[in-house]
Amino acid sequence: MKNLKTVLGVGVLAVASFFSIAADHIDAPAVQGGTSDVTDFYAFQGENTDNLVFVANVQGLISPANTANASFDENVLIEFNIDNTGDNVEDLVIQAIPRDGKMYFFGPVVPSQTGLNSTIETSAAVGGLVDITTYGSSATVATNGGMSFFAGPRDDPFFMDFAQYSAIIGGTATGFNDPGVDTFAGSNVMSIVVEVPKSLIGGSGTINTWVESKTK
Amino acid sequence: MKTFKIYILAIAVSFLTFNCSNNDDNVTIQPTVPDFSGTYSQADQMGRPAVNTVFVSSANKDMFNVTIPSEQNGAFQSMFEANLTALSPAFANPGDQNALMLDAPTFTGLLATDVLNVSLDGKTTFFDGTNVLTGRALADDVITVELLLIFGGEDFMENPTLSDDNVDGNDKPFLTSFPYLASPW
Repeated sequence: MKNLKTVLGVGVLAVASFFSIAADHIDAPAVQGGTSDVTDFYAFQGENTDNLVFVANVQGLISPANTANASFDENVLIEFNIDNTGDNVEDLVIQAIPRDGKMYFFGPVVPSQTGLNSTIETSAAVGGLVDITTYGSSATVATNGGMSFFAGPRDDPFFMDFAQYSAIIGGTATGFNDPGVDTFAGSNVMSIVVEVPKSLIGGSGTINTWVESKTK
Repeated sequence: MKTFKIYILAIAVSFLTFNCSNNDDNVTIQPTVPDFSGTYSQADQMGRPAVNTVFVSSANKDMFNVTIPSEQNGAFQSMFEANLTALSPAFANPGDQNALMLDAPTFTGLLATDVLNVSLDGKTTFFDGTNVLTGRALADDVITVELLLIFGGEDFMENPTLSDDNVDGNDKPFLTSFPYLASPW
C-alpha cells in the first residue's frame, strides 16, 4: 500500500462519496433527508446475555432545536431481517411501525413473503407495543414476552470525523487530524430499539441480519 | 406471548361491542384497531456501516438499496473491487492483503453482501482485536476499523494518517441497560 499519492486523485470516488455520509446517513438520493432514511444499524448482546438487541436509527442529523418536531412516519415500516440459515434471505423479521403515538412491533415471525415488499404480520404470535417517547421525557420502555421495546429520539450514537474524510476524498486534505472532530456530536436521531431472547431468533450460531425501511 | 394477541383481540372486541350497542344511533364509529393493511415497498437498507457510502458509486446508490442481499454480490462485487482499488491503490497489486489476510476480490466479496454477521454465542463486536464481525456494539469504532482494513495494509501500520480518523468514541456515554442509547441533546 505504498502508492498513496494516487489516492488523492481519484475523481470518481470523490464524487461518489462527497455527498453521502457514513454510516448510512443520507446514503442515496432517493431516501436522503426523508423519513425513510436509515442512518444506522446495530446488533449486539444485551445486558442479559440471553438476549440480542437490535437498533435502527432513522432521520439523522436532527438538531436539538428540531428534535421536538421530529416524528416517525406512519407510512414507513422498519423491518429487521434475520437469516439464520446462511443464505442471506430472511427467515424471520421483526417489524416496527408507528400508529397514533405508539410503536407496534410484530415478530420475530416468518414473513409471509421475503424480499422487497412486505405486509404487516399482524397475526404474529409475538411482539408488543410501546408509547413513543417524546423529546424531553425520560425513555418509555415496554416489555412483553421477554422482549423490550423503545422508540423515540436519542443522541446519534455514531461518531466519525466525516468532515475531514470528505476533505481527504475531495483532495483538499492529505490525512486525518489528531485529534479529530466528531461530525455527529450534538445531533440526534429517531431510534427504534428492540431486545429479543436469542431463543426466538435461532438460539445459537451466527445470524446474518440487516435492516430495511419500506414505504406505503 | 399470549398477552400480545389478547391485547389486540381485546381492542377488537371492545370496538365490536361498542359498535353493536350503538346500532340504533346513525353514527359512524371509527375503528380503534390501527390499520396495518397494504404493501410496503423497500426504500433503504443497511447491514454493515458505511458500505453504501464508501463502496457504491453515485449512480448505483439507490439501486444498491433495493437489491436484496442474496443478489448483491453478483450485482456489485466488481464495482466494489474497482472502487476499493481506486481508493487504496495498493490493493491492485497482486497478492496485496489487509490485516484480515483478505485480498481485494475476497474483501469486496465479503462486503458486497451487505449483511451484519452476529454471533448468538458470545461477544458481539465489529472488531476488537480478537473477535471479527460478530456483531456491532454501540461503542465499536467501526470507521477506524474500516479505514484500517482499507488503508492499513497487512499489519495495520501503513498510511497512518488515513487509517484512523482519531474520533474514538461517542459524544455521550451509552447506558448499560435498555434502551442503551444516550438521551437526546
